[in-house]
Amino acid sequence: MDIKPVLLWSDLLLFLLLAACVAAAWACRRSPPQRAAWGRVARSATGMASAVTLALFLLVGVLDSLHYRTLLPAAGERERPVYGIEVYSVLDGLLLSLKENTEKTYSAPLATRLFAKESLEGGREFPRLKHGGAHLADEAGWAADVGRRALFGLGAGAALWALLAAVLAPALKRREMAWRSVLTVLLLTSLAGGTVVMLGQGYHVLGTDKVGQDVLYLTLKSVRTGLLIGTLTTLVTLPLAIFLGVLAGYAGGWVDDAIQYLYTTLNSIPGVLLIAAAILMMQVLIDTHPDAFSTAAERADARLLALCLILGMTSWTGLARLLRAETLKLRELEYVQAARAFGIAPLAVMVRHIVPNLGHIVLIALVMDFSGLVLAEAVLSYVGIGVDPSTISFGTMINAARMELAREPMVWWTLVGAFLFMFLLVLAANLLADAVREAFDPRTAP
Amino acid sequence: MLAYILRRLFYAVPILLGVNLITFALFFVVNTPDDMARMQLGVKRVTPEAIAKWKAERGYDKPLLWNEAAAGGGRFTETVFFAKSVRMFAFDFGRADDGRDIAAEIRQRMGPSLAVALPVFLLGLWVTISFALMLVFFRATYLDLAGTVLCVAMMSISGLFYIIGGQWLISKIWHLAPISGYGQGLDTARFLVLPVIVSVIGGIGSGTRWYRTLFLEEAGRDYVRTARAKGLTETAVLFGHVLRNALIPILTGVVVLIPSLFMGSLLVESFFGIPGLGSYTIEAINAQDFAVVRAMVFIGAGLYILGLLLTDLSYTLVDPRVRLS
Repeated sequence: MDIKPVLLWSDLLLFLLLAACVAAAWACRRSPPQRAAWGRVARSATGMASAVTLALFLLVGVLDSLHYRTLLPAAGERERPVYGIEVYSVLDGLLLSLKENTEKTYSAPLATRLFAKESLEGGREFPRLKHGGAHLADEAGWAADVGRRALFGLGAGAALWALLAAVLAPALKRREMAWRSVLTVLLLTSLAGGTVVMLGQGYHVLGTDKVGQDVLYLTLKSVRTGLLIGTLTTLVTLPLAIFLGVLAGYAGGWVDDAIQYLYTTLNSIPGVLLIAAAILMMQVLIDTHPDAFSTAAERADARLLALCLILGMTSWTGLARLLRAETLKLRELEYVQAARAFGIAPLAVMVRHIVPNLGHIVLIALVMDFSGLVLAEAVLSYVGIGVDPSTISFGTMINAARMELAREPMVWWTLVGAFLFMFLLVLAANLLADAVREAFDPRTAP
Repeated sequence: MLAYILRRLFYAVPILLGVNLITFALFFVVNTPDDMARMQLGVKRVTPEAIAKWKAERGYDKPLLWNEAAAGGGRFTETVFFAKSVRMFAFDFGRADDGRDIAAEIRQRMGPSLAVALPVFLLGLWVTISFALMLVFFRATYLDLAGTVLCVAMMSISGLFYIIGGQWLISKIWHLAPISGYGQGLDTARFLVLPVIVSVIGGIGSGTRWYRTLFLEEAGRDYVRTARAKGLTETAVLFGHVLRNALIPILTGVVVLIPSLFMGSLLVESFFGIPGLGSYTIEAINAQDFAVVRAMVFIGAGLYILGLLLTDLSYTLVDPRVRLS
C-alpha cells in the first residue's frame, strides 16, 4: 500500500518535545544529584507503576501521531498518483478493523444484536449486528465463544508477559529499581490487552456509540488528545515562566514591576473566560479563512494548537511567581554574588548559575500540572470551547454520551469507557507527580 | 487601615485597565467587526448591507480606537473601545448581542448562583477540614494511608463524572431529588440538594489533601510537641493548637474564593439547569455573544482583585503579628 506521510504541526511539536526529553535525560545522567533524585523515583513502587502506565499511554499517543494519507486506487487514466483526503495514523492502521467495522447505531459491549428494535420481516426485533458476533452461526454458542476467546486471550497475554519478563529480568535486577511493580503493571496490561485483542476480533468490546463507531477505538484515540494538551501546553508555559520569572527576580526595579503587573493582570482574568474568548476568536479566524487549511484534520489541528497556546498563556503565571521568589533567594547567595563580582554579564549569571538551580521547581510544577490539564481538556471540550468537535477526545466523548443516560434502558458503555481510560491516565499522572515531588523536593528528600 | 484599603483599590485600576485592553485586543484586533457580523449572520451569502445593519444595530459601526470624524472629546468617546470597554468601569455593560440588558440579567442571576455556591462553599469547607483533621489524628496508620489513597483516586476523576454519576444515582435510581431545574421560593431547596452534594463530593479529594499537608506541617512544629509533652490530649492539641494556627494558610486559599462565589460554577449550573451566572456565561459562549463574555471577564477580574484585598485584610484579624502598611 502506497502511503504519503503527513506531518501535522502538533505531531512535529510532540516529537520535538520527546526529543527534548531524551536530551534532558541524557544531561541528567551526568549530574550526580539528578541521578540520585531519579534513583529515588525508580525505587518508589507507585512511582514506577505509574511511570510504566504513562509510558503505555504515551505509546498509544505516539502511534496515533504518525500520520499518513493512503494512495487512492487508480481510476481511469490518471497520470499522477492521487492521495485520499482522509488522514490516517499508525494507530488507525493497527485498529483498522475497529475503525471501519461500524454498526448502524448503539450496541452493548460484546453484543450480537443492535440495541434498538427495528421493523424486520418477522415483526419488530433486535437485528443482528453487521460485525459484532457475525461469525457465530448460532447465537446460542455466544457464551462459549466469548469464554473461549477470553481464556485464549488471557493465555496469550500471560505468555507475552513471560517473554517480556524474561527479556527484562536481567536488566531490571542489576539496577536498583522497583521492578516488581513494573512487572505487575505489565502483567495486568498484557492480560487485559490479550483478552481485549482476542475479543475485539469478533465483537465490539466496549460496544458502539450512536453512529455505530466502536467505543474502544474512540477511547484509544482520545488518549492522544489528552496527552497533547497535557504536554504541548508546557512548550508555551516553560519558556515564558522561566524567562519572565527569573528576569523579574534577578533584575528587580521597574522590570520586576512590569512583569508582576503582567502576571497579576493575566491571573485576574478567570481562566475559563479567557480561554473561551480566545477560542471564539480562533473559531472566527478559521471560519473566515477557510482557504488556509486544506484538510479537516489540519483545521482541527490548528484549533488544538490554539487551545494549547491559550492554556499555556493562562498557566505560566503561577510557575513564574514561584521562580521569581526562588530567584530572589538565589541571587543573594555567595556563589552568585561572587560571579557578579567577577563581572560576569547578568544574562550569563542567570543562564549558568540561576536557571540550573531552579530545575526541581520547574520539574515538580510541570509534572503536577499535567493531570490538571488533561482534566481541563475534558471540561473545556464539554463546554464547547475545547478541541474541535470533530476531534475525538474525552470531552467530546462525554458530551456525546450525555443524553444516553436518559435513555431507557440506559446506554452506559461510552461513559464507562471514557471514565476508565481517563481515570487511569490521570491517576497515573497524579501518582507519578507525587513520587517526583517527593524525590526532588529538597524539603522532603533525605 | 483605610489608607491601605484606598491604596489597594487604586492599584486595582491599572490591572482592570490591563484586563480590559487584553479582552479588547482579543475581541477586536484579531477579528474585525465585519468578521464578527459574518460569523453571526452565517458565513455564506451575506450582503454588505446586512453586515452594515448588524454593526449599526449593535454599535460596532464606529472606528476602533480613534474617531477622526468626530470633534473634541468625541474623537475618543465615539469609538468601539470607549463604548464597549471603558464604559464597563462605570458598570455600564450595555446590551448583549441579542438585545437584552446585561446588567439586569446579571442582577437577576446572582441570586441562584449564590444559592448554590454558598452552601457548597461552607459545607465543602467543613467536610474537607474535618476529613483532613481525622486523617491527621490517625496519621501514619492504615486509616491515614487508605484516606490518602482515596483522595488521590477522587482527585483523578473528572468533575463531569461526579455530576453525571450523581444525577444517575441520586435522581434516576434512588429518586431522591429532581435531576435538574430550579424552583421558586422554598421549593428551590429541593432542586439545590443534588448540585450541592455533587459539588461537595467532587471537591473532597483535592481539598482534603491540601488541608492534610497544611495540618501535618503545623503538627510538626515545636509548640505542638510542647503541648503534647505537657500532657494535653491529642484532640485538644489538634483543635486548640494545630487548627487555630493553620488558619492563616487556610484563609489564603479560602477568602480569595469568596467573591468568585458570585460567578457560580460553569459546569454545575449548566448541568443542573440553574439560571445563575455560570450558565449565563456558558450560554453566551455557545451563542458566541461577545458582549456578555466581555462583561463576565471584567466582573470576574474585578472580583478576583477584591478577593486578594479581602485576604490581606483578613490576615490582620487572625494574626496579630501582621500589620498592614
